[in-house]
Amino acid sequence: MVKEKKKSPDRPDNTAFTQQRLPAWQPILSAGIVIPGFVLIGLAFIGIGVGLFITSRDIQVLEMDYTGTEASSDCNKCAITNTKNCMCSLDFNISTLFKGPVFFYYGLTNYFQNHRRYGVSRDDSQLYGDLTNFKDPSTDCKPYRVDSNGKPIVPCGAVANSMFNDTFKLYQNVNGQRNLVPFDGKGIAWWTDYNVKFRNPSVEPLKNAFNDTVKPLFWTRAVYELDFSDPSNNGFLNQDFLVWMRRAALPNFRKLYRRITEGDYKEGLPAGNYTLEISYNYPVLRFDGRKKVVFSNVSWMGGKNDFLGIAYLVIGSLCVVMSMVMLIVYAKFKFPEDN
Amino acid sequence: MLRRSLNRLLGGDERRVDNRTIYIGHQSFPVNEAFIPPKFCDNRIVSSKYTVWNFLPKNLFEQFRRIANFYFLIIFLVQVIVDTPTSPVTSGLPLFFVITVTAIKQGYEDWLRHKADREVNKSTVKVLENGEETSKESEKIKVGDIVEVTENDTFPCDLILLQSSRDDGTCFVTTASLDGESNHKTHYTVPDIERDLQSLSATIECEQPQPDLYKFNGRMHIYKNDQEPTVRSLGPENLLLKGATLKNTQKICGVAVYTGMETKMALNYQGKSQKRSVVEKSINAFLLVYLCILVSKALVCTTLKYVWQNKPGQDEPWYNEKTQKEKDTNLYLKMFTDFLSFMVLFNFIIPVSMYVTVEMQKFLGSFFITWDKDFFDPEIQEGALVNTSDLNEELGQVEYIFTDKTGTLTQNNMEFIECCIDGFQYKHRGACSELDGFCVTDGPVNKLQQKAGREREELFLRALCLCHTVQVKESTEQARSQGEDCIDQVDGLPVEDEALQPPQEERGFIASSPDEIALVKGAMRYGFTFLGLESKTMKILNRNKDVEMYELLHVLNFDPVRRRMSVIVRSRSGDTLLFCKGADSSIFPRVRQEEVERIRMHVERNATDGYRTLCVAYKHLSEEEYAQADEGLREARLALQDREEKLMAVYNQVETGMNLLGATAVEDRLQEEAAETMEALQGAGMKVWVLTGDKMETAKSTCYACGLFQKRTELLELTVRTLEDGGRKREDRLHELLSEYHKKAVQDAPPVKAGGSRGRFFGKQDYGFIIDGPSLSIVLSSSSESNSNLYKNLFLQICQNCTAVLCCRMAPLQKAQIVKMVKNCKGSPITLSIGDGANDVSMILEAHVGIGIKGKEGRQAVRNSDYAIPKLKHLKKLLLAHGHLYYVRIAHLVQYFFYKNLCFILPQFLYQFFCGYSQQPLYDAAYLTMYNICFTSMPILAYSLFEQHICIEFLLKNANLYSEVAKNAMLRWELFLYWTLLGVFHGLVFFFGVRFLFGNPALQDNGQVFGNWSYGTIVFTVLVFTVTLKLALDTRHWTWINHFVIWGSLAFYVFFSFFWGGIIWPFQKHQRLYFVFANMLSSVSAWLVIILLILLSLLPEILLVVLRKPRGPYARKLSEDDLLQSSRLQPSHHCPIST
Repeated sequence: MVKEKKKSPDRPDNTAFTQQRLPAWQPILSAGIVIPGFVLIGLAFIGIGVGLFITSRDIQVLEMDYTGTEASSDCNKCAITNTKNCMCSLDFNISTLFKGPVFFYYGLTNYFQNHRRYGVSRDDSQLYGDLTNFKDPSTDCKPYRVDSNGKPIVPCGAVANSMFNDTFKLYQNVNGQRNLVPFDGKGIAWWTDYNVKFRNPSVEPLKNAFNDTVKPLFWTRAVYELDFSDPSNNGFLNQDFLVWMRRAALPNFRKLYRRITEGDYKEGLPAGNYTLEISYNYPVLRFDGRKKVVFSNVSWMGGKNDFLGIAYLVIGSLCVVMSMVMLIVYAKFKFPEDN
Repeated sequence: MLRRSLNRLLGGDERRVDNRTIYIGHQSFPVNEAFIPPKFCDNRIVSSKYTVWNFLPKNLFEQFRRIANFYFLIIFLVQVIVDTPTSPVTSGLPLFFVITVTAIKQGYEDWLRHKADREVNKSTVKVLENGEETSKESEKIKVGDIVEVTENDTFPCDLILLQSSRDDGTCFVTTASLDGESNHKTHYTVPDIERDLQSLSATIECEQPQPDLYKFNGRMHIYKNDQEPTVRSLGPENLLLKGATLKNTQKICGVAVYTGMETKMALNYQGKSQKRSVVEKSINAFLLVYLCILVSKALVCTTLKYVWQNKPGQDEPWYNEKTQKEKDTNLYLKMFTDFLSFMVLFNFIIPVSMYVTVEMQKFLGSFFITWDKDFFDPEIQEGALVNTSDLNEELGQVEYIFTDKTGTLTQNNMEFIECCIDGFQYKHRGACSELDGFCVTDGPVNKLQQKAGREREELFLRALCLCHTVQVKESTEQARSQGEDCIDQVDGLPVEDEALQPPQEERGFIASSPDEIALVKGAMRYGFTFLGLESKTMKILNRNKDVEMYELLHVLNFDPVRRRMSVIVRSRSGDTLLFCKGADSSIFPRVRQEEVERIRMHVERNATDGYRTLCVAYKHLSEEEYAQADEGLREARLALQDREEKLMAVYNQVETGMNLLGATAVEDRLQEEAAETMEALQGAGMKVWVLTGDKMETAKSTCYACGLFQKRTELLELTVRTLEDGGRKREDRLHELLSEYHKKAVQDAPPVKAGGSRGRFFGKQDYGFIIDGPSLSIVLSSSSESNSNLYKNLFLQICQNCTAVLCCRMAPLQKAQIVKMVKNCKGSPITLSIGDGANDVSMILEAHVGIGIKGKEGRQAVRNSDYAIPKLKHLKKLLLAHGHLYYVRIAHLVQYFFYKNLCFILPQFLYQFFCGYSQQPLYDAAYLTMYNICFTSMPILAYSLFEQHICIEFLLKNANLYSEVAKNAMLRWELFLYWTLLGVFHGLVFFFGVRFLFGNPALQDNGQVFGNWSYGTIVFTVLVFTVTLKLALDTRHWTWINHFVIWGSLAFYVFFSFFWGGIIWPFQKHQRLYFVFANMLSSVSAWLVIILLILLSLLPEILLVVLRKPRGPYARKLSEDDLLQSSRLQPSHHCPIST
């Protein structure tokens, strides 16, 4: 029987792929790679960790609670009486120069900005300046969609409605004189939020766009009147509004309020006595929350954060220790075998 | 049952009767009863499942019957109905994708079927109508039409052959597409039929359609000029099946009896029951665990939510009031919808995509089996065949192998070795005879003459020449003349020479069983050549070069119950002779006892040498005897009911009182590398059982030959012989023997360690167990239930302690019974059956994995198998390499999938504790949806297709590696727990790492703060990188595809995140992720925390990989040495060493 050498159509292709013989790299994590690798990683981490730790240590933070639950606090009167336009003040002392630029945050605790019902309750189209959504806000905004007369609320929704409305003024007390520390309200919100994500309707004047709408129930001023001093800082492009609209991740959070970058305080807050004048409007005691203000300067890594530095140090040393352990293990068990 | 359901389906009272009457050519007849044209189905073949109209509902219904799809549908519906945290799109899109892909695949397959159906149904056939030839579309053929078929055409429906262009009223047919047998089969016209079909008036009465291809009972009534109608019996030899092809015959005419879906081919078209693999069972178990995790997570969250809300001011602070609708909702209903919402939020823990990935892995992975060129057999020009891809990984889990002997262990390529006539041995020496000093030059013939009487010899050889159903293959005229040339040459030479064999073999014989050919060829060597069968006359060229003619009167066909066949012939001189050949056990009781002893010795000796033996007997029939037999046979053949039984009775009656002539021995050679394969399989810890219908001695010798039994193996026999030894009742003896063997093999033997039969390598006494069919049936069906169970247990325990078990004289059903018994015994081991013949189909279907060998006994085994390979030797690679790898791949795939979804969802669960249990999702909807579809699916798919943790050569060389993954080793609960804990660890690291970072959310150097979506995005980034790198750590075999897919996925994630966050998407209500990712990357702290958390998550893994190595340095070292060697031998790159 003579076999024909003709290739059968059924004959499988003899390629590396079909025969599972593709060239392959077969890494083997051997002691020779892993131990030096671990040492290197460990050392690098320790290095980064030291850098982080020092940076974080050098960041100055001054955190003050002004909720006013304690009778000693000046804000106690505002907290319990619930009067409108209640003003209180908070005195504090800085012993050394608080290096600038100083960032001024307000903080809330036990405040669930990340609650789903709360977070959903907004209308991004409205905030993008879409006039149809002025007349008919998204149903997501319920129960802050229309007022009792059925008029649409702009900006609608729980997030906008609950915008933080305490205002602060900082004075340095120099020789019994109160020097106003100028606040810079620009650049506290994300650049993209300010420039792209939020837009005012292109109606001049802005006020006209809001005809037949009402301001959020909780607000004292309409959104186009938020800032009297700077007309461009009004509407949905108000920086405080933008900051508030970016929901916090956790129930205890802080948000940027102002920066201190101008005038005499460009280099920071010099040592001395200061008074923070608070227009106390925002109720927090009803949900067991607290309010605070934070002065902080920032570094390349952002605000003060000890966690990163410590974590890097711990893991870096862990790597080094483990490489030592491995070295011992291999010296005992592995190397004789290799010989 | 099928028939009954079919009948019920079609309705109509007349269909319930057992027979159908067909009016040939639709003519009415001079019969009293009114002519009612019966309704039969048309000749349309419908193999497709769907039509355009019912495709959508039917396909959807079938898809949602799968429990997983249904689960996802429910989740989707919940999302649509209830106010849930994630939009219905997140689960609807993947589900839609899965359903669509499956529907398209099934639709395409069905379209192909439609196309094939159309091709068959619309093909034109010639039909004789009113004496004229008309062309019709195949689907329009009605029962009763006379159809004309020309050479090389397939029959359009089941036909009764009426007329053939051949003179002798026969036609040749191949049924390759039906049962794969490519030999020509002869079919006969109904005898004594008029040449002119136009004037033929006849009816056919036959049974209702039934699927058995080889059974047909019918009767034809022929009406001639008002005479009494003559009756002819119809059998399978008159029936031409749809799908078969006409060969060697110019044209035939036949009448359609079964059409369309009632043809035997269509009735045989049915799906097999689906087998489920062990891995699939594991998946379901794990799924249940995860379902519990899911439900408990949802329960915990719901409970805590209401506990938390109970504190004043928490439930509805002034800044976050409920809508009126929410306030009005019933508390319990709210609880319930909250629970559902949590379920939806966490439902990603059981991903749709796992099913898709597993299916794809199986489907694509199975191509590597078909593509493997090692499975390609140049002889049949075919490679391996995968009938189901569901069981790939099962190939790596086999514990018991049940193998057929004939055609599987042995080649089924028979060669005549020797014969014995009247007790004298005749051995054929072949070509070496001249050189062999002990042989006389004219070899066997001379020897023949020296020993037995010449008359007996010739009678024996004539018997060999006559008693068979062999056909001489008719080829072209040229070939025929060549054949004659060859005969001339034989004439010229007094002695048969091997050199002359090839041209004669080229003439070729065709027979249903190869040993018949071997016998005919054997007889040819001794000078008796079978020239062929022409119009019922068999021609033989005898030693004196005379042509002897015998009229073939009857063939008493072979069947496995009688285990013999006979022919009745009439010689020129008028003697009527019956020649019979068959197994010794079936012949000996039917011949004169004094002749038996002389032969028996030879038969037994031959059997132990591994030869297949047949005994030959003959009998003179007197005129009366013949007349009686003839009448009996004709009567039985005409019977419509119980024809088989009636025929059997006549056969048995005729085949008695014969004279034993002698016996033949035919060698059945072992398959290539049978012994090596068996050794490797046993080395891999598998137990090999040989199940054969053959007799014990032959089977035993095969077992010895292929190394299953060895010299020092102690054989424990439980056969009819040993049972009858004591002379007591069989059952008592059975009890005794079983207890004895049990004591020996089980109680006294040291406990078998895991890895089973590897014990043989450590010098332990090993046992082989032999049982035969009759004994097995006593074991299985003992008189009392308790005894039966006891025996079964004893039997199984003994077998489990034996290195090899041989079951001989098994009926096909018994083979399946044994497989079932082992399959269901304690520990439910994975069984594999391998066989090549129709008799193995039952065990192939029964075992977890059925393997068919593309052997010589037709294609039935292949069609019913899960995998088909050309040779036994391929089993080694199929199991040791492919099976092992597939198992490792899919096991890792499953574990990894559960792991990655656990650490995906755990942070989302933990986030609930920080967001007032409000079902706030941590990740954006796009991330939730894409995580399993795009970001992490491709690397694991690539891994599960290409991973070779140990390279193939090494797996093949070290069979014991197979036992390392035995018993579902990689999906054990410990490992599942490990992966789960790993997932939990990673989830905790991801969440709390970022949580601590967000202690101060001012993470940018411009003092701005990050919000909740930044939080989620950081966690998600760490997650995607960690799970992908975890897989990278596990990958031992990095092809370029792995590189591409792993790094590509990560790059895609980054690219997608930029893209997704870079545009205000008009279709989205909330622009949550707008520039979140880019902002995140602008923060150094975010970078640092991402790197830190990834490393922290992977640290234990790396440590484990490094520390685990010293445990198995042996294997690794060996493989390295081995690789060094192989790479030195051949500079190939497929198994490089990474040093």
